[in-house]
Amino acid sequence: MTTETCPAGTAVPGVARSVAVACRGLRHRFGNHVAVDGIDLTIERGTVFGLLGPNGAGKTTTIRILNTLLKPQEGVVEVLGYDVRRFAFSIRRRLGYVPQQLSIETSLTGRENVSWFARLFDVPRRERKLRVAEALEVMGLSDAADRLAGTYSGGMIRRLELAQALVNRPELLLLDEPTIGLDPVARDSVWRRVEELRGATGMTVLVTTHYMEEAEALCDRVALMHLGTIRAEGTPESLKAALGPGATLEDVFRHFTGAVLDDDTERKGGLREIRSVRRSAN
Amino acid sequence: MRSAAFVEARTERVEARPDHQRWIDYPLRGATFCLVELQKLRHDRTEVFTRAVQPVLWLVIFGETFNKLHAIPTGHVPYIDFLAPGIIAQSGLFVAIFYGIQIIWERDSGVLTKLLVTPTPRSALIFGKSFAAGIRALTQVCVVLVLAAILGVALSANPLAILGSFLAVMLGAGFFSCVSMTVAGVVLKRDRLMGIGQLITMPLFFASNALYPVKVMPGWLQGLSTVNPMSYEVDALRGMLIGSHAHLGEDFLVLVAALAVGVVVSSALVGRLAQ
Repeated sequence: MTTETCPAGTAVPGVARSVAVACRGLRHRFGNHVAVDGIDLTIERGTVFGLLGPNGAGKTTTIRILNTLLKPQEGVVEVLGYDVRRFAFSIRRRLGYVPQQLSIETSLTGRENVSWFARLFDVPRRERKLRVAEALEVMGLSDAADRLAGTYSGGMIRRLELAQALVNRPELLLLDEPTIGLDPVARDSVWRRVEELRGATGMTVLVTTHYMEEAEALCDRVALMHLGTIRAEGTPESLKAALGPGATLEDVFRHFTGAVLDDDTERKGGLREIRSVRRSAN
Repeated sequence: MRSAAFVEARTERVEARPDHQRWIDYPLRGATFCLVELQKLRHDRTEVFTRAVQPVLWLVIFGETFNKLHAIPTGHVPYIDFLAPGIIAQSGLFVAIFYGIQIIWERDSGVLTKLLVTPTPRSALIFGKSFAAGIRALTQVCVVLVLAAILGVALSANPLAILGSFLAVMLGAGFFSCVSMTVAGVVLKRDRLMGIGQLITMPLFFASNALYPVKVMPGWLQGLSTVNPMSYEVDALRGMLIGSHAHLGEDFLVLVAALAVGVVVSSALVGRLAQ
């Protein structure tokens, strides 16, 4: 997609240009707690990739390393052909990121919120107005654009955040639990728009979720993450087929994580937690 | 644990350098944050008026009273004229010293995380915010200026002097907002920042030349006043607005240096807020 060449010496040997994300032996700890424990991950450009797992699996830490917020402690991580340690800004310019928490400036209008990020992403002044209007339009917020964002519903806030993330026309969109805390209608609306967008632009989408049914319906490929490691990876169909007829992705998850299910894993984020819905902190 | 996170935040900042060395980010982000600040102000103007109350009280009650008492030796300058630049600086200080609350608010709401993932160096983020704080302080200062003129303070009508005083207010407020954001990066909690803000505002104000000339202060207070950027801001404002003797070169040098140090220290700590 990008016509710019990779900076010399950043490529992971053997990683093709068609790869959006490449991690080799990624490990990250907070104090004594190992959040990500040596994961290998390859995400092809143009795919919707789901990173699935219960709370505490290490999904958010992985996302925060990919978006350059955290520097990886161990392993090689490349995003869009750039080493995350050395080329954080080149990556940021090509990235869209929506964090788990609903986060917008409530004392600005929707349009001002998006325009703010257009400026922070150095969208040229001539294009700015158009790009902002376009992002709002794609997310179905044109009519509400000049209302204060504090009056928006949860689903609208999430769509406004997507508009903010899209205004720099990212090559890779990172969505951390995009539908958490939303009602089913809002969840559906958010997903439908992500789908449309991918269809229209061919951008790569990496999404974390613990809603297995969403992942099953929408992701080209999924990786099942548990206690900092990736237990299985593949298309939802192939993962289910390997387990036998009638298996759901939830069964697949139980199968792969159940193999090591002991008291410890039960306590630290077993399957029961998959269904628990955390409220977003807004 | 906390210090480890701090070290990590610093290394990340240094590591981010190889693909990013653009001076243009500073004016660009300054303009952006300033615009956002003004947009917020446009949606809710009440703050402009509520924040005008305190300077009004200082000028009308304290100023008028001491003007009649002649208790403070200000030479041939009427006390209210002497006081006005001090109250202008004070109204800027009050806006700026609590500016860190905004960055804690952005942290709690998750907006800060998103700001830190934009191609904005942390120092440009802090510079942008301190610039916005300066502009915000300026809106307050305009109210005080009008009020001072109504009260008959003999303000300079020289446009250059007015612009110069705006610059001094912006530098001063920019520095104090960096102090506030630094405290925010240390305490991480809104309530604690409020407490510390209250704690340092009055000493900054009283241990300066805002209310009385340095000459009447006891020696130890003179010492504090010399290291207080507030004193340099007030000195510059007095020099430009009411034409008293001032050391403009030294004043602006100190204010610019203080702001630069403030931006550097504060941006080293902002990573802590994103953990």
